[in-house]
Amino acid sequence: MCNQAVCLVAAEFERRGIRTVALVLLREVAERVRPPRALALPFPHGYPLDAPGEPARQHAVIEAALQVLEREPATPPLLVDWANGMGAGSMVSGSQGTASPT
Amino acid sequence: MGDTSEFSLAIRLFLRAYPWRRIDPVPWAPLKKPLSQSRLALVSTAGMVLPGQPRFDETIKGGDCSFREIPAATVPGQLVDTHRSESFDHRGVQSDPNLAFPLERVLELAARGRIGSVNDRHLSFMGSITAPGRLTRDSAPAAAALLVADEVDVALLVPV
Repeated sequence: MCNQAVCLVAAEFERRGIRTVALVLLREVAERVRPPRALALPFPHGYPLDAPGEPARQHAVIEAALQVLEREPATPPLLVDWANGMGAGSMVSGSQGTASPT
Repeated sequence: MGDTSEFSLAIRLFLRAYPWRRIDPVPWAPLKKPLSQSRLALVSTAGMVLPGQPRFDETIKGGDCSFREIPAATVPGQLVDTHRSESFDHRGVQSDPNLAFPLERVLELAARGRIGSVNDRHLSFMGSITAPGRLTRDSAPAAAALLVADEVDVALLVPV
């Protein structure tokens, strides 16, 4: 239910001018609920940012989400799947990485 | 891809039958300025509270739609996991609350200049809401109004 809750809150924010990106752990929930922008993650519930005590891995997820937030132009809703390599290097280089894994 | 296979049969059946809400039309706010100049707030539905704040009320039918304000300078270890769901492993967020409420990560992003600033407050919800009418009608708009008043540009929403 957490997945639906973030999607619904995101929509209310977006209606009031705050741009949002929602992380989701169940892709099919995002497909049905349709938040404006979402990053679908392959991690189990309880682990939305991948791993505890692993700042670099947590940053990789957040960086990928920020790239979804920046993506233009796009037709709403925008649902992007996490792929290995997304957000990689964000801590090391400080770069923005790439929106698509190579 | 994350899927429902991690859940019990009873939960899988519930999720299969559940009438998921559908956002239509889908709102779309413009990115008003580059992220490097934008103010970011976090929204987590991991049900975390600070000591002294009321816990989320597990007795409310359909779920507790209220939220708590979490100051940006909160030390993550102060956050208390009150999420009522037994369908996920709580050990990760209990050992590192950044896992679902990345307070320290967003401060690091601001220090690096990836985002302009971190809002002075973030918001904490309890995600176990099966009847979300009050959420979409009352508490989510109220939460948005707070962050609009704070001149927040972008929000990162994290489930658990």
